[in-house]
Amino acid sequence: MSSVVLDNIVKRFGSFTAVHPTSLEIPEGTFLTLLGPSGCGKTTNLRMIAGLLDPTEGEILIGGRRVNDVPIHKRNLGIVFQNYALFPHKSVADNVAFGLKYRDVPKSEIAGRVQAALDLVQLPDVGGRYPRELSGGQQQRIALARAIVIEPDVLLLDEPLSALDANLREDMRVELKRIQDKIGVTTVFVTHDQSEALAMSDRIVVMSAGRVEQVGTPEEVYNRPASEFVANFLGASNILESRCTDTGRDAVQLDVPVFGAVPVPVDKAPEVRPGPAKLVLRAEKLLLLAEDAEAPGMVTAPAVVETVDYQGQTVRYFIRAGDRQLQAINMIDGHPFAKGTQVTAAFRPRDCAGLPGA
Amino acid sequence: MRWGWQAIRLWTVLVYGFMFLPVAVVVLLSFNASQFGAFPMTGFSLRWFVELAQNDAIMRAFRTSIVLGLLTAAISTTLGVLASLALVRYRVPGANAISTLLIAPILVPEVVLAVALLLFLNFLGLHKSFALLLFGHVIFTLPFVILVVQARLIAIRRDVEEAAMSLGASPVQAFFQITLPLMLPAVLAGALFAFTISFDDITGTLFWKPGGVETVPTQIFAMLRNSISPEINALGTVMIVMTVGLPLLGAAIARHLARKSGT
Ligand SMILES: Nc1ncnc2c1ncn2[C@@H]1O[C@H](COP(=O)(O)OP(=O)(O)OP(=O)(O)O)[C@@H](O)[C@H]1O
Ligand SMILES: [Mg+2]
Repeated sequence: MSSVVLDNIVKRFGSFTAVHPTSLEIPEGTFLTLLGPSGCGKTTNLRMIAGLLDPTEGEILIGGRRVNDVPIHKRNLGIVFQNYALFPHKSVADNVAFGLKYRDVPKSEIAGRVQAALDLVQLPDVGGRYPRELSGGQQQRIALARAIVIEPDVLLLDEPLSALDANLREDMRVELKRIQDKIGVTTVFVTHDQSEALAMSDRIVVMSAGRVEQVGTPEEVYNRPASEFVANFLGASNILESRCTDTGRDAVQLDVPVFGAVPVPVDKAPEVRPGPAKLVLRAEKLLLLAEDAEAPGMVTAPAVVETVDYQGQTVRYFIRAGDRQLQAINMIDGHPFAKGTQVTAAFRPRDCAGLPGA
Repeated sequence: MRWGWQAIRLWTVLVYGFMFLPVAVVVLLSFNASQFGAFPMTGFSLRWFVELAQNDAIMRAFRTSIVLGLLTAAISTTLGVLASLALVRYRVPGANAISTLLIAPILVPEVVLAVALLLFLNFLGLHKSFALLLFGHVIFTLPFVILVVQARLIAIRRDVEEAAMSLGASPVQAFFQITLPLMLPAVLAGALFAFTISFDDITGTLFWKPGGVETVPTQIFAMLRNSISPEINALGTVMIVMTVGLPLLGAAIARHLARKSGT
């Protein structure tokens, strides 16, 4: 188990810069997720930590040691690949034992450690099979067992769940987190799936176009997005142009068209100064009420339902308030509002965040 | 319409008959007891095979062919595997040009290739030798090895090698532990190709062989100039068994290996 530090690393492919100067500290035992859309440089970062790519600039430290010049096979990492990358010509037990052969593990211990790893991933009886005789989810578990049996300093996972179907993915997510908790290994996890990131991580690094947008706990990046990009990438958000009229000790006053004055808590709008600003309002925090309903403590505005997207437990509305189209995701209580209904759109100021305006 | 299909069917049968009947006749006659190659056969005998085994010239040619074939296979396969690795796994400048160049000997008529190599050696002031013959065989068996091995290598995912290295295997260990076993069927197939092509070859061999050295095909060719001995039928049968049997055996082994490795 070791900490990982990226110190101003840059990666260029020819004239294209895939990773702009990036610095990150990953404390020992942390489950850190690199989250971002396709092509933002997540895999590139991971492969640099792994030693599969050389950074163009900057330093990588694992456990305090500079590893830029250490080849991959001497870094003592556990890597789980998106497509498992099991060795098809070796049995499951031989797959798991592979890394132990290159460590000074006495022959007599190997079988025991392989079995312990198989037990940990809850597949104790498949050692004699070949990878092709396992389902996708089972193969993924074996890939994990193979990576952790060597007691790696760092565990690197590149979209390990994306090849699984939706239900299995959720099971494996819980499973993976359980195993990581149990062995406590420093983990870097790559995904473009925000719910995976929110569910599993201690810290999330939101990336966009080769740059880090925000680093924080799931709760921080979700509730206090540092940029419009983060607000939009983690769940659906409405971004409303507004004006900051006053910054008080507790709240920042934002004047939002149609809705009026919104006092946003200071800690959720730390960068906002008087002048142009943006109000971030999550779709699930925007409630639709009957036209004549009272909504004490909430900011309200009249609106018309334009589109209804029924999703079972929840329903997603597109509504029009003034000249703005807004998105609202509400739990269904009774019947959903029909298209064309006049409603009251309401939200609580403390559910909002503020960003400095353009 | 029906009639058309019938005609095509008949034509196909005739073409195949024309191709394979002579071969069948050779095989049949090699077991003929009589001196004269004519039907009806007078009896079954292994006499010509025995004579074959006692004919020094033929046995020498056989040894030459086998040694030549084995060396060709060994060298072509080694070079072919290395070239494929370089072309597929590493970014070599001009990889496409090199690839085309290596495959070219298949596309150039063999006579042209044979003459060109000979002229080139003349130009260098070198004499014909067994080494030159071997060199020639390597040149035109190499493309087959490269084609087969490259196709396989492309299908082996890079990430299994990366996984092996992440687990502590050096690049060389990863190659011998992972890559080589996975491409073994193709390597074997390439080696067999190289051996059979070398064993079968006559055009290039006639140009390149030094005086006094004969391979099986050139020996048959020389014998035919004198008389048609039934020994030649026996020799033909042996060659058929080798050049058809070996690839079949190879394919069976490759299939077995492939089944074991599940790919
Ligand atoms: N070997 C390479 N040569 C040139 N460009 C590359 C290379 N590898 C990656 N890139 C580019 O670098 C950028 C980042 O790629 P990367 O694979 O890190 O994205 P990613 O965030 O992992 O995306 P995804 O979610 O699709 O896997 C992309 O624009 C990609 O095209
Ligand atoms: Mg990626």
